[in-house]
Amino acid sequence: MILKLERRPAPVWVRPLLPLLAVVITFGLTSTLVLLVGANPLAAYYHFLVEPLSGRVSALEVLVKATPLLLTGAAVTFAFAGGFWNIGAEGQFLAGATAATAIGLQMQGVPPVVALPLMVVGGFAAGMAWVAVPALMKTKLAIDEVVTTLLLNSVALLAVSALLNGPWRDPISQWPQSPEIAATAILPKLIPRSRLHLGFVLAVLVIVAVGFVLGRTTFGLRLRAVGLEPEAARFAGIRVERTLLLTALVSGGIAGLAGMVEVAGIHYHLIEAISGGHGYTGILIATLGGLNAWGALAAALFIGLIDTGSQTVSRALGVPIYLGEVIQATLLLVTLAVLPLQNYRLRWARRQGDG
Amino acid sequence: MAEASYVTFLVGLLAATLRVATPLLYATIGEVYSERSGVLNLGIEGIMFLGAFVGFAAAARAYAGGWPAYLWVGLAAAMLAGALMGLLMALLTVTWGLNQHVSGLGITLLCTGLSLFGFRLVFGESAVLPRIPPFSQLDPLAGVPILGPIVSQYLLTYIAFGLLVPLAAWVLYRTNFGLQVRAVGENPEAADAAGIAVFRIRYAAVVGGAVLMAVGGAFLSLAQLGAFSPGIIAGRGWVCIALVIFARWDPVRAMAGALLFGGVFALQLRLQTQGFSLPYEILLALPYLITILALALAGRHAPYPGAYLKPYRRE
Repeated sequence: MILKLERRPAPVWVRPLLPLLAVVITFGLTSTLVLLVGANPLAAYYHFLVEPLSGRVSALEVLVKATPLLLTGAAVTFAFAGGFWNIGAEGQFLAGATAATAIGLQMQGVPPVVALPLMVVGGFAAGMAWVAVPALMKTKLAIDEVVTTLLLNSVALLAVSALLNGPWRDPISQWPQSPEIAATAILPKLIPRSRLHLGFVLAVLVIVAVGFVLGRTTFGLRLRAVGLEPEAARFAGIRVERTLLLTALVSGGIAGLAGMVEVAGIHYHLIEAISGGHGYTGILIATLGGLNAWGALAAALFIGLIDTGSQTVSRALGVPIYLGEVIQATLLLVTLAVLPLQNYRLRWARRQGDG
Repeated sequence: MAEASYVTFLVGLLAATLRVATPLLYATIGEVYSERSGVLNLGIEGIMFLGAFVGFAAAARAYAGGWPAYLWVGLAAAMLAGALMGLLMALLTVTWGLNQHVSGLGITLLCTGLSLFGFRLVFGESAVLPRIPPFSQLDPLAGVPILGPIVSQYLLTYIAFGLLVPLAAWVLYRTNFGLQVRAVGENPEAADAAGIAVFRIRYAAVVGGAVLMAVGGAFLSLAQLGAFSPGIIAGRGWVCIALVIFARWDPVRAMAGALLFGGVFALQLRLQTQGFSLPYEILLALPYLITILALALAGRHAPYPGAYLKPYRRE
């Protein structure tokens, strides 16, 4: 008897195990780097995964780090599930952060019940606007969206830089950072003496909404049909271009919201490094979550843990903090490689010539 | 400005254009080959970064060891690192047929993380940026006015413009290998039926392309700067992605594009140092905007390789 791989969908219970398998493989691969530094990999992974959860401050920090990732993860999940390959969450994030700053600067004396919804709408709309050009080029001209969304990330970063080195340059410090937004435009803290803010609740609500729309609504069904097989969807009477356009706009909007949440919840002003790759991490989270909102929720929390853990492990063992980035990148590639296994089954087969 | 200073300005601009265009040219030609075989390699930004780091780290080690050819050691190490990343990219996208853009972005993230990690590992956390004496420029027409300063360039620049571009065009259009690259990128099924080893050709194009990307990155650390910093690539890889489209997947047009974009960057630097108040970011954003506009104008007629982004599976 030998084990054979058969091209047949794996049992349902295998699916959630595959990301776990990816995590184990990733830790195995990256432990070589820990050994290179002369540290003990087991100790390193203890500091990565357990230590941050053992203290109140660092456990809350995991949620703080996860907040923008929940949103960019939701944005990318939504787009990828619908077959719109939005690589531009980074740019849409920056657009949302810029719009939120612009609104927040004008909110002196405006009560938070007015200011905060305005910023939410502004951030969402800016993200939508930033993805609109690639989305229209895709739906009207059939131009592949991968490169157009990617290139607009660089444009967004340059636009932010132009603002921060020009009209928004801090008049006192002369640093390339915007003045602070109004106090009433700041997302309130959920827990005093922590950085956890209302944006976390918003992010969870958004990802639940994405899960609901994708899984329980006709629009979600249409969206996934377009994502799986656009020609078949068209044949079934779905308006493919309209669905794609809506998918792209909502995805861009959610990514823009992530930018708004970071400005209004953490930084209170715009800086060039406001995102620092959250949009790209959204791609990791969507992939790790298997293009499923609940999977993305778990993945964002896990990456939040890794982000926090890379600081703990660096402090405790002197491992360069960039180990966290290597782990995330490796995890993305390993997950990508492992997930197709859900289309296979292991089966005992008789060897040729066996009795 | 007096007439003489206009001339100095233009001469300086032209010389700088060639310098700035050099890394773009290496990486763009690499990406052209990769995409012509049907593989979009978004690992380009990271592979350039890794090339810059590995090149610098190896050269610094060899320099400390007293090797006279330390810069060439660095360049060779960068090429090796690029080849390894190309192999990884090919394994993911050619052998396993995984999603090309996610794989490519993953490679960019991996290369970035590995380089920053490696930099800390090799050089520690010293406040002073480690430096090595970089490649020196050739000066074949020393003393000749106007032309002299323009042709005073690095050997790698001479190789890029004088050797790489004609060679890349000749191989792509005039050799059997180039025909096979174009065939597997246009219609892998037909190529396979015609007896072309689709997987092997794609591996060659992706790995060779990645080596060129790493050279582009290493040029920055070994020739232009003699140092490595986290901002050394700063989106140049994405510029090259734009350039490939702008050049319509052609090596000679890639050279024209690299000169144009290089010229814009060089001009931007000069205006900045001369204290012009125009936000230089507008100039820097031009390559991206022009490319998107060019795509919109070409519309459905944009000459993408037929099997672009499509993995090939043998039935």
